[in-house]
Amino acid sequence: MIKVTVIDRDGKTHLLDAPTDMNMNMMEVCKAHELPVEGTCGGMALCASCQMYLESDTALPEQSDAELAMLDQAFHVKDNSRLGCQIRIREEIDGIVVRLAP
Amino acid sequence: MIETDIIVIGAGPVGLFTVFEAGLLKLRCHLIDSLPVPGGQLIEIYPKKPIYDIPGFPIVNAGELVDNLMKQIEVFKPGFTLGETALTLDEVENHFIVTTNKGMKHKAPTVIIAGGLGVFEPRKPPIENLDKFEDKGVEYIVRDPEFYRNKRVVISGGGDSALDWTIYLIENKIVKSLALVHRRTSFRGHLDSVQKVMDMANAGAIELITESEVVGINSNGNGHVGSVVIKHANLGDIVKEADHFVPLFGLTPSLGPLADWNLEIEKNAVKVNTLDYSTNRKGVFAVGDINTYPGKLKLILCGFHEGTLAVQSAFAKIHPNKKNVLKYTTVNGVSGF
Repeated sequence: MIKVTVIDRDGKTHLLDAPTDMNMNMMEVCKAHELPVEGTCGGMALCASCQMYLESDTALPEQSDAELAMLDQAFHVKDNSRLGCQIRIREEIDGIVVRLAP
Repeated sequence: MIETDIIVIGAGPVGLFTVFEAGLLKLRCHLIDSLPVPGGQLIEIYPKKPIYDIPGFPIVNAGELVDNLMKQIEVFKPGFTLGETALTLDEVENHFIVTTNKGMKHKAPTVIIAGGLGVFEPRKPPIENLDKFEDKGVEYIVRDPEFYRNKRVVISGGGDSALDWTIYLIENKIVKSLALVHRRTSFRGHLDSVQKVMDMANAGAIELITESEVVGINSNGNGHVGSVVIKHANLGDIVKEADHFVPLFGLTPSLGPLADWNLEIEKNAVKVNTLDYSTNRKGVFAVGDINTYPGKLKLILCGFHEGTLAVQSAFAKIHPNKKNVLKYTTVNGVSGF
């Protein structure tokens, strides 16, 4: 189990427990905690409805072509934009802080 | 006016299989879908993705599953209204009338909504006064390239459709001028399209404005697009004169018109009774991703089950005096219309 911090669109901070043994991603963690993340495509990096900004200096694996291609079609994209569905819950990202994109 | 037994709204996998189950009960179906081809999100979002949880198929590509479903229902000769959105649902003397955005009317005693994620609509960039210029110089889809003959056009987007239309409008010498605005310096479209667009930019045939986004639209004084404001990451704002602004950022689903059909909606989905997946309106059912009930799982295979049960109740409404007996296809085969 690791701790992740999600800042919602109202600026409210949520400190969440995320299990590392269930093959989950940040989009699913947000949905499980009823945070307003749609995850329309189910986690295939095909809709950008789980866009979030990485606000901690957590080292994440390089973004896939699919993720970058999807972010090209999204709005409010910044240098630290990520698709939540592509961030796997692993020990290495303990303490990650993300902010939900509009 | 198209008349049938069941109007199926949504031609995704669940809508298609519902036609099969209805056909076994000798009920005819007509499908309506806002997309121009059947298949729903399987075709629109992930045609090449493998699916592993369709019973009896260890692995099947989404596009292949749609092809197979189309083959499976062919014998029941369903009708299709494609590329049109079901706009209104009216009730007239024990029948429903579904009218599309293009005015096509459909009449049937029952309606099964298999709307999936809803209606696919173009993704609209967050520009404050964008709506005001729709049909006045802002178009989200290129319907007829000739529309842009001798016009000054600004396209924004970095995907294949932005690249493809840029190439088409220039190669066919349609537009007066064209600027392509993209947020990054590189493109992720097909490599040869990217190369073509780069060549066009180097030759001065188009203006390629990268690291930029369109952030505003100005009127030409008559309420029509006159120029767009482009924000460059380092250089600040550029005002670019244009007759048309065409943002091409793909499609995104929304619940669409059925949100106003007096159906009970919960969490962006239609509430149903799991006895027969009926909605609060008698004769209207909802199956697949568009519905919700305690324990709902958004899986294609669950949608198949839901459609199968819904047509049983549809039969009862269509033939109140007939008793339906479950018949196995292994015994009776499949006899079409």
